[in-house]
Amino acid sequence: MITKRIIPCLDVRDGRVVKGTNFQGLRDVSSPVSLAEYYSSHGADELVFYDITASAEGRKLFTEILTETARRVFIPLTVGGGIGSLEDFDRVLKCGADKVSVNSGAIRNPSLVGEAAKRYGSQCVVLSADIKRVNGRFSVFAKGGREDTGMEAIGWIRRCVEEGAGEVVVNSIDTDGVKGGFDLPMLAAVCEAVSVPVIASGGAGTIGDFLTLFRTIPGVDAGLAASIFHFGEVEISELKREMAEAGIPVRTVRNA
Amino acid sequence: MIAIIDYGVGNLFSLRSSFSAIGEDAVVTRDRDRIRSADRIVLPGVGAFADAARKLSDCGMAEAVREEAAAGKPLLGICLGMQLLFEKSYEFGEHEGLGLLKGAIRPIAEVIPAGLKIPQIGWNRLHLLRPCPILSGIREGDYVYFVHSFYAADCGESLIATTDYGAPLTAVVSKGNVFGCQFHPEKSGSVGLSILRAFCEVNPC
Repeated sequence: MITKRIIPCLDVRDGRVVKGTNFQGLRDVSSPVSLAEYYSSHGADELVFYDITASAEGRKLFTEILTETARRVFIPLTVGGGIGSLEDFDRVLKCGADKVSVNSGAIRNPSLVGEAAKRYGSQCVVLSADIKRVNGRFSVFAKGGREDTGMEAIGWIRRCVEEGAGEVVVNSIDTDGVKGGFDLPMLAAVCEAVSVPVIASGGAGTIGDFLTLFRTIPGVDAGLAASIFHFGEVEISELKREMAEAGIPVRTVRNA
Repeated sequence: MIAIIDYGVGNLFSLRSSFSAIGEDAVVTRDRDRIRSADRIVLPGVGAFADAARKLSDCGMAEAVREEAAAGKPLLGICLGMQLLFEKSYEFGEHEGLGLLKGAIRPIAEVIPAGLKIPQIGWNRLHLLRPCPILSGIREGDYVYFVHSFYAADCGESLIATTDYGAPLTAVVSKGNVFGCQFHPEKSGSVGLSILRAFCEVNPC
């Protein structure tokens, strides 16, 4: 059976991982390439590189980092951040990304998802949605969660999937950073609405939060997190061992 | 030297990098002389079957691949590249493939239980049915990375390994010097690299 995926997310600014790390044995803790290699060898099923660079020089550095990572890491690589056009897709795909995640870019230009899916295939287009409860309903936020678009989230996600988004990352602003667990009601609502893979993001604090996620919402395909992995609060190999013990299908990496 | 056939579909950066990582020299090319002089050939591919089959023919690469395969050169098809090795595909109509392997490409929806997501995206296990040189380093139950909505049916003797997605789906095929993987070895971590390494050690027929 297909396994549930565990995905670390690396925020990269000016060629460095933004949130610090405290791994023993990692020579350069803020090098995205070293960190990507570390995660890959410790059982990560996929990696997300999120470009939070504002400057053109930073962007160039990001694509260099991406290229170097794709030369050394042989698991699927998703790139997000600042993707607003087909040219942006092209730029990161040429550097070795397998999937491209769109968020604000799709909100600004609603035809982007469809055009990208047509050119590169749905498997390449990931919709990332930042969602927050506003007056009792799920609302889509833009610009890194700072701006309420007023759009209802489930309808938005459904529309993007119809246009050709092949996967959906659901990032709950309500649970993000709280470390109290994933947003189960929000994830259940999205899984109910679409039939493409759903990736849960925002709220993981412990291994138990992942176990609860996969046990409670069988429709969720993957769990994504950043700082808890970077700070070693949750070790991916340990997380996967506990998932396997709990009977959740998970890929274990054998020693060569 | 390994020739990765360039016929205008998909992103070949990772594939070329994965060969570099195992110390093999790979070029992405549609140059007939280079393909002729290569020790082995990789046929990649993502996207729709009909479009890829047309592009492969239009640039003369269908003929080149057939010639080299007939001459006994090791050939590895990956994902849609594997599907193109077959006689035909029923992906949105009926389309002819290279005909190097017996069988047809059919929607996984025909065989998997309702409720499972399509495409199959993610890591799944290999179930080994027959020995095969490219799987020399692979153990029963090893995980590889899949992204597909169609599968190879009626492969007969060339079926080497399957994966279980509610139903057994073709994962690896081979016949003589022709090999195919439905999954992406270049995205399947150390297991995938081991398959590529073994392919690089296959002798011509």
